Amino acid sequence: MSVNYIPRRFTVIRDKERCINCGCCVRQCSNDCHLFADDGKTVISDSNSCVACHRCVDLCPTGALRIEKYVCDYRENANWTPQYQQQICRQAETGGVLLAGMGTPRDYPVYWDKILLNASQVTNPSIDPLREPMEIRTILGRKPEKLTVEKKGKSTVDMPPQVVLETPVMFSAMSFGSISLNAQKSLAMAAKELGTLFNVGEGGLHPDLKPFTDRAIVQVASGRFGVYSDYLNNSKFVEIKIGQGAKPGIGGHLPGEKVSVEVSNARMIPEGSDAISPAPHHDIYSIEDLRQLIWAIKQATGNKKPVSVKIAAVHNAAAIVSGCARAGADIVAIDGFRGGTGAAPVRIRDNVGIPIELALASADQRLRDEGIRSRISLVAAGSFRCSADIVKAIALGADACYCASAPLIAMGCHMCGTCNTGKCNWGIATQRPELTKRLNPDIMYKRVVNLITAWNHEIKEIMGGMGINSIDSLRGNRLMLRGIGLSEKELEILGIRHAGE
Amino acid sequence: MSVEAGIRGYTQVNEDINKEFLSKNKVSVTGVNGQRYLGCALGKGKTLEIEGTAGNDLAFCLSGGRIVLHGHGQDAVGNTMGGGEIVIHGHAGDALGYGMRNGRIFVRDNVCCRGGIHMKEFRDMKPVLVIGSCAGSFLGEYMAGGTIVLLGLNLRHGEKLFGTHCASGMHGGKMFVRGSFPKENLSPNIKITNLTQQDRKELEEYVRKYCRYFEADYDEIMKKPFRKLVPETSRPYANLYTAD
Repeated sequence: MSVNYIPRRFTVIRDKERCINCGCCVRQCSNDCHLFADDGKTVISDSNSCVACHRCVDLCPTGALRIEKYVCDYRENANWTPQYQQQICRQAETGGVLLAGMGTPRDYPVYWDKILLNASQVTNPSIDPLREPMEIRTILGRKPEKLTVEKKGKSTVDMPPQVVLETPVMFSAMSFGSISLNAQKSLAMAAKELGTLFNVGEGGLHPDLKPFTDRAIVQVASGRFGVYSDYLNNSKFVEIKIGQGAKPGIGGHLPGEKVSVEVSNARMIPEGSDAISPAPHHDIYSIEDLRQLIWAIKQATGNKKPVSVKIAAVHNAAAIVSGCARAGADIVAIDGFRGGTGAAPVRIRDNVGIPIELALASADQRLRDEGIRSRISLVAAGSFRCSADIVKAIALGADACYCASAPLIAMGCHMCGTCNTGKCNWGIATQRPELTKRLNPDIMYKRVVNLITAWNHEIKEIMGGMGINSIDSLRGNRLMLRGIGLSEKELEILGIRHAGE
Repeated sequence: MSVEAGIRGYTQVNEDINKEFLSKNKVSVTGVNGQRYLGCALGKGKTLEIEGTAGNDLAFCLSGGRIVLHGHGQDAVGNTMGGGEIVIHGHAGDALGYGMRNGRIFVRDNVCCRGGIHMKEFRDMKPVLVIGSCAGSFLGEYMAGGTIVLLGLNLRHGEKLFGTHCASGMHGGKMFVRGSFPKENLSPNIKITNLTQQDRKELEEYVRKYCRYFEADYDEIMKKPFRKLVPETSRPYANLYTAD
């Protein structure tokens, strides 16, 4: 019906002089935007279903393709923007909850961009990381309250389990189901080479990833998919997933059509069956109950694995983190509301939660005020775009950071935000064999390794500039940060001064 | 020799139990007063006999072992269990068999809320939950596989077979219920059918076992008719979303 007509988002521009009608774009597009004309020879485009993933643009051998935003103006109205009108039309047509992939595209403040870093000048020397030792090794886990040593200086403290990372960057939870096995494999291989960890998400562990379990964080979510005793014991640490930054307060729902034979093997559910993770764990209704699950996992793993709790950054995050620390968590991961997702209801993604910068700063401060900061390691998550974001997070109090979108971009993701459709042309957020085979782990893992290696260099460079040679001296060192264009309140929450002060 | 739990913390009790298991396959623990995490991840071929009231998360992640509880169970018995058997000579608390994927739980009396929540099956792993008396609200919530048997024995006057929102979000597996049950407490997505011959055979096996464990009268139980509850669809939320 014409009342529901929604203008297309993009137009595919084909340069006829360059196009050689090779049909590469026709084969590459899972959205059927390119096709052969009736003559069977000429390639034409139908832009209606284009999502701007750029697969055709990047692979066109003659550079004949270009994607342009399609503009169809409405009468100007700052309130009733075209987006709201179109979403209403979609819901009027289907009665469905709006669903989308990746993090929120809305223009909320990014505090990383309003924080500036310090550097040494004259009074203490900066350090050249190319020629001097620079330590970014990061150790996660509960630290003992105090150290006791015997006469010869040997520690007599019973050390809780610790996890050693060669970089403060870990790969956040992405389940097999939300991403392809090849994408997971690439992350696993990269984590192994980089000396860091990848998180298998809540979808269980595929048998092909068994060689990488010493680099794996395994999740226990409300659906308990693929959770069994060996799964917990063959991991670096176990993470209880309470929430996710992109969709705080709601659960996950992997539709049956994405539950292929392989996904069903990892999740341990029948093929084609919906995999529903409800909002709460029904054995956790309080901090006391969380304590119960944490210690159940510790008992089931012989107290050998640190247990992490991942929460979404919400209004009360600082108090919740404090509760998690007191419940016995060794690591607490806070996921900010700009974090990505394979699928989330748009209204939740765009309206619920708070930025990681504020949640992290207030949680770190709260733990210090209560004298329990050393009981847990804090992991920040929720959109780290570059090494400077990571440095700022560590200076705000994070022990390590979880990254997911950045390594996905390294593997080909172009942030088209349609992960939920399962038609990812880059072979990442899809289970279709013809698409997943496009992602070669042997090539892609190297690109992820390159990215994090470059970030490691940059982190060392920035630290050196500050005159700091160990990441431990940067952690929670808010004197290295200054705000720019921030209000008194924002500065107070971030615990930093304004530039010039 | 058995382990005496008394008023000691669960860490010590579990340490003692694990020590015993190093040299034998059957261990008993007596005088249990709500100690948690007994029999966590207990492996195949091992049996833990418990006397007293077992605390929360009894047999979490059970991995093929056998638990016999002479007394009542508290919350989350058989949480995320992956195989084995739990026999409870008493009743059990909330979230019994949460996310269980395999194995069997027999409860002589009743269970509280959310029994069998998230039960799921995979290939030849088919979890079974047999409840002698009645169940609280949200029985079989989000159930995705396996079988729940509800016998309704010794119901008190006015007591219903199950509480409200039974089988809410259920999208797999089946329940066998004996005698009359409160239809108004069933979720709308549930179909009531008769048992097939195959179902009947399966049910008989479970009931026989129940009777053997708890010395109940098999013929008496089977006299009353059973009905089968199954979800209308395996995709209850298939049309919930629309792409932005």
